[in-house]
Parts: sequence; C-alpha cells; structure tokens
Amino acid sequence: MGKIVIDPVTRIEGHLKIEAVVENGVVKDARNTGNLFRGIELILKGRDPRDAQVITQRICGVCPQSHGVAATLCLDSAFGIADRIPDNARIIRNLIQGAHVAQDHILHFYHLAALDYVDITDVAQYEGGDSSLDSVKEFISRGELGPFLPRYEGDYRLPVELNQQAVAHYVQALEIRRIGHEMVSIFSGKIPHSVGIIPGGVTSTPTVDNILSFLWKLRTLQDFINNVYIPDVLAVANAYPDYFEIGVGCKKLLSYGAYDLDGKDPDLTRRQRLFKQGVISADFKPGEIDVAKIAEDVEHSWYDDSSSGLHPTKGETLPAYGKQRAYSWAKSPRYNGEVYEVGPLARIAVTYACGDPVVRELVDTSLAQLKASPSVLFSVLGRHLARALSAKFIADALEKWVLQLKPWEPTFAEYDIPEEGRGMGLTEAARGALGHWIEIKDRKIANYQCVVPTTWNVSPKDDKGNPGPIEQALIGTKVKDEANPFEIVRIIRSFDPCLACAVHLITPKGQDLRKLQVV
Amino acid sequence: MVKEIPLVWLAASGCTGCSISLLNSAYPGIKNVLVDQIVPGVHINLRFHQTIMAGAGEQAIQVLEDTAREEKGNYLLAVDGAIPVAADGVYCVMGERGGKPVSLEDRFTEMARGALAILAVGTCSSFGGIPAAAPNPTGCQPLTKILKAKGINKPLVNIPGCPPHPDWVVGTIASILLNGLPKAEDLDDNLRPLAFYGKLIHENCPRRAYFDEGKFAKKPGDEGCLYELGCKGPITYSDCPLRRWNNGTNWVIGAGAPCNGCTQPEFPDLLAPFYEKLVDVELPTIGTYWASGNEKE
Repeated sequence: MGKIVIDPVTRIEGHLKIEAVVENGVVKDARNTGNLFRGIELILKGRDPRDAQVITQRICGVCPQSHGVAATLCLDSAFGIADRIPDNARIIRNLIQGAHVAQDHILHFYHLAALDYVDITDVAQYEGGDSSLDSVKEFISRGELGPFLPRYEGDYRLPVELNQQAVAHYVQALEIRRIGHEMVSIFSGKIPHSVGIIPGGVTSTPTVDNILSFLWKLRTLQDFINNVYIPDVLAVANAYPDYFEIGVGCKKLLSYGAYDLDGKDPDLTRRQRLFKQGVISADFKPGEIDVAKIAEDVEHSWYDDSSSGLHPTKGETLPAYGKQRAYSWAKSPRYNGEVYEVGPLARIAVTYACGDPVVRELVDTSLAQLKASPSVLFSVLGRHLARALSAKFIADALEKWVLQLKPWEPTFAEYDIPEEGRGMGLTEAARGALGHWIEIKDRKIANYQCVVPTTWNVSPKDDKGNPGPIEQALIGTKVKDEANPFEIVRIIRSFDPCLACAVHLITPKGQDLRKLQVV
Repeated sequence: MVKEIPLVWLAASGCTGCSISLLNSAYPGIKNVLVDQIVPGVHINLRFHQTIMAGAGEQAIQVLEDTAREEKGNYLLAVDGAIPVAADGVYCVMGERGGKPVSLEDRFTEMARGALAILAVGTCSSFGGIPAAAPNPTGCQPLTKILKAKGINKPLVNIPGCPPHPDWVVGTIASILLNGLPKAEDLDDNLRPLAFYGKLIHENCPRRAYFDEGKFAKKPGDEGCLYELGCKGPITYSDCPLRRWNNGTNWVIGAGAPCNGCTQPEFPDLLAPFYEKLVDVELPTIGTYWASGNEKE
C-alpha cells in the first residue's frame, strides 16, 4: 500500500494538498487539504456594510466578480431595496458577471487543465507558417521550458497535429480571455477586483458606444467558444474517452441559480434566473433547495468540534490547528446532511433537468455527437463539457441582454443603511454555488458569512465520515503509474478548485485567533 | 545566444488576483512575456508559478529548490500575498520536508537569500493589504518586515495595487533587464517605481476640473467629482487615469466609482470606509499644489 502526496497541486487557484492511499493500483482513501487560511470574515466584522462588496472580492482574484455580486445581493436585501434595483442595473450586473464567468471557463480549460492532455513538446516538430507556433518552437529549441516542464510524463494521446493546434489555441485563448476581461471593464472599471457593482445598482451609465463595444468583444468570445473551445473539448473527449468513467464523484449536484431575469421579487430564491436553482442526483429529477438545510461540519477541519453542524449564519468557529482527525482549513458544508458537488456541471444539469429548452438542446446535441447518455456527465470529461456549454449558454444570453440596455437611463436606487438588518446573497460563481450572509447591528457588520463553491467541493470528511466530493471522485480510481498520477490531477482539476475561496471561513465572534491557537 | 533570466513566483497569503492581472498584459501579451525574448536577447524563464506551471507536487518543489541552489544570485523572486507569521506560519504552507509542512515564511526566506532582486507584487506583499487588515487574524506581514527581521539585504521593489496593473509588473521587470537594478532615485519612499507611482491620481484625473470648481457627485451616476462619494484619488499615487485598465478599456473613476486607494500602504484600514468622504487631508486646488513645492521630480 502506497501513498501519493501531491503538494502543491498546481494549475488551480491557491494552496491545495492531496494525499491518496493506493492499494493494488487503486485509490482506497483520499484526503484534500486546504493550506491557506486568512480569516476574511473576521476582518469584515465591525466595518461599514458597503465595504463588504470591496473586501469579499479579495477573497478570490480569479472569481472576484461573483463575490461582488453575492455581496451586493446580500446588501440589497439587508438594506430593503432588493426589489428596487433598476432594470438597467440588473442587466449590467448580469453583463459584468457573465462576461467574467465566460472568460474564466476559457481560462480554466486552456490554461489550467489543458496541459494534462496536450503535449506542448510536439510543437518542436512544427513545420507550418503560424508565427505564434514558430515562436513556441523557437522557445522549445532554446531548451529552458519553464513553466511547461517538468510535468507528468506518459499519457499524452493527441496526435502531433492536434497537439500543435491545441498549443496554438492555448496562445489564442490567452488573448480571448483578456478580451473577456475588457468586457467586464467596460461597465465595471477594471478587473480583477472591479468597482461597478454596488448596493442599489451599478456605478456606470450605459451609452451606445459601450453597448456596441461590449457586443463586438462578446462576438469575438462567442466565435472562439463555438468554433474552438467546444470542438477542443470534444477532441479531448474523443482521445480520452475513459475519462467519461473516471472521477464520477457523489452524483448529487446543487445550484443556487444565477443571472436574475427579473428583479421584482425581493426573495432571491423565487426569482426567475437564467441558470435554475435546485438539486439533482443521478435520476436527473430536479428538487427545490431550502437554504435552511445547509450546515457546516468541522470534525475533520482545524476548528473546535463544538461548532460543528451549524447553519452558516449561526456557526461559531474556533481555529484548532493540529486537532486530532482534522486535516484541512476547509470546513464541510453539507445539504440536508448529504454530500453535494457544485460547479458548472451542477448548474447545467439542474437547468437541463428543469427543462430549459436551450440547455436541453446544447447538452443533447453534444451527447449525440459523443454517442453518450446524460449519465456520462458525472465524470472528468462531463465537467469539462458542462463548463464549455455553460460558457456558450452565458455568452449567448449576454448578446440578448446587452441590447436590452436603455442608454442614459438610471442604474442606481438610493437607500439608507439600516440600524439593524439581515441579508442573503445567492449566486453562481464560475466554480459553483456561492452564498453570502450578513447581519447588521448599529449600521456596522456584526456577522458576515460566505459559503463558497470550492468549500463544497474540497470539503474534508463530514461528521458522519463521508468524504467530500473531490475525495469521493478520487476514491476507487485506478492509477496506472504512481510516479505520474495523471488520473488524480485530472480529476482534481476537472472541479476547477479555488482554494483562496474555500479557506477563508470563520464566524466572527471577536476572538483573537492567536490566543485561541490550540497547538 | 539568448540570456535566460530565471523567475520564481511565490503565492503567499493572497487571492491570485495579481497573477490574473498579469495575464491581462496586452503589449507585450502574456505569451510574449512567457515564451518570447521580452527585450531583445533576454528571455524570462518562469520556472515556478503555482497557477501556471505544468508540474505538481514534489517535482514542482524540486524546481524551486534546484533554482535556489543552481541559480544563486541570478534569479528574480516575485511574491504575491502577504506572509502570515502567527502560529509559526501554519496559516499558509506549501509542500513538505521530512513529512512536515513548510510555511510560506520559510519558503520565502530561503528563496530571498539567493535572489538577485525581489519584487513584491501587489499590495499584500508590499504593505500587508487585505489579509493584514484589522484584526490581522493570521499575523500577515509585508516582505519588507520579513526581510528586515531575517537580516536579508536584497534589492526590493514594491509594485502595489489590488491588483497591480500588468504594465507595472512587466514594466518593472523590463526595466531591470534593460537598465539594471533600480536605483534609490527611481523609487519613492515606499519603494514604488516613480515611473508608475510618481503622481497622485488627483493630478491627472479627468474629473479634476469638477473638483476645482466645487461640483461634487452626490450619488453614483451624477456628474461631478467623486470626492464626496469617498474617492481616495487625492492621496493615492498611481498612473491609473492615464494608463487605464484592461488594455486601456476603462478605469475605476471612468466607471463612475470612487478610487479606494489600493496602491497605498494605508489600504485598506486607514482608507475605509471606502464610500465615505476623506477627512483630515489637505486638498490643494490647481496651482496651489504646485506652488506648495509638492511636485515630485
């Protein structure tokens, strides 16, 4: 029996360690460890509530915009103005978040995941006239291949021409995702850590020129998603078909839904959204979410056991590094006591199960090309495919929304910060279900909680001993070559984990963590 | 013969926003930075960067340790994120040694000792930033403090911003490659390159005329200077208004939002609440600023 330890897991956001116990070539047990803790929610306590939008974006520089949206929805509800946001502002928020998520999916596939499947060294044999590939060839010939070598060696299956084309697409995707960020910047000033989305609405006013600029940058993205990204995912799927059976996971998916299609119902859980809210399992029957059924276990996290099993708004977290049985700074969020995976697969599958005609067509067409049934979506390749389809679904919606903007019409509703209040913001970050909760007292933040996508996915075992979604996806996997454990990193990266998001969790009760240090 | 300059990039207690911002470099593009000769005859050999590199686990750590040994005195070290030192650094660790996790404090110290120069990329590594905000739960410190405590005397440039503009990062590296290590007169008191941080936002702000005539926005969307909505431009040094962000697309005040002063050592605690008017600062109007001898040469 051997143990494979991967620390750091690279090409993800943040600090993650994986330990896999392997017996006869099969993963028997797996533990994922979040290796960074900052205590952002503790930092939020006592501040002006409006600053939550600024500070929570800094939870994650890869998906700041989703935190900005969740914080803002949370503040809108706490300020009692959730039903007064002007349509222009609701649409601009969708444009900002949607453009950001679409570029994030492209970034993930090409710049974080692709090097597990694509052999860049085949470009050394390139004999064409593409100047970008020629420059990569020259780079390879100089012999210093950082950051592309070293790497795991062995299982690269694409033919030479496809590897070369994929490298050209890797380079092209760098530019495309940068243009995606330019779209965000049009309405939100800059990105990462943009400034446009604020409680009450947005800061910018739509004009004809910025609508047109957004539209044409979007068309560049759509062209890439339709003609490069989705075909590349299918090409990888054809070369690595066994990855439709690897990394299956817990087969329970949860989505909060995202992109408000109307802003009139103050209750976020009752709004019409582009991506639907709900839970599903292997039978693809959609179930409603009751957010009161979310609780966070900490038996295997470095926090005192007295705080286990509580709803995020009621949790009490006492750091206890070195606690027996614990192995992560991430907690274990569970829904109705059960393990749930979140992410693009969850929102595509839930929206599919709810019968959305556009998503049904997207998924069914792709599956027909692959001669596969929806059940294959629970897999490494299923997650990549769902992510690509999610990018297309969002991008095509952005095209409609940007043309609904009314130039020069208002984008902001005025408000007063209440003496006391509570709010909740639910949305979908690129990596899945994201919830923010606030409690205001004396016009200051008394309590702020975030339960973020990667905390669901990299959660350690819960109090019942059930492993988290990534752990479940790893357990049972055959590892062909323990020195080059491709299977493990391909499974982990299919979830697109973001550790800066996952491990910031603490319920602020005013303790000084240094004093509470148990070890 | 192309000269290879090794670059090691450590991610400490941060959010990866600095690296994502670097990906947004337009001219040169990030592909040019990684693959091509960024200035004629020189290639930046990015050996270690957790978010980009192909290798993982021990083979990645090996690259780090090999570079420290084989390229001693030759490599550039970039760090995003602050360094948490509370509880012996357990709040941010990377890789193991003898079965024990190694703190970022130790990783940084080891790599700093052999570096040619150190770049603090972003406000967290430059000044502490968000993770060091009160009550600084994990004891986060900027690189300057760690270096001082460990008695390491290496050239350090701070490139703050939450995140920094990619031009500031690429430009600082290119400047080292073209002109050598920065001289004291190239940097301000906070070790920021004057080339990018030499002027106040307020000096170059397109809404400056509103300020001088006393026309202030009262709510988002109004015409006027954003001072009363909390703009920190009058005390923030950066060239954002001229350079603009995301390939020149827009910038904070261009989107109608107040600057939150993210390039400043005071960010975030002394500049918050972000949407409240600055108090207790002298705000010169055009003319008096220059007459008072404040101009930076």
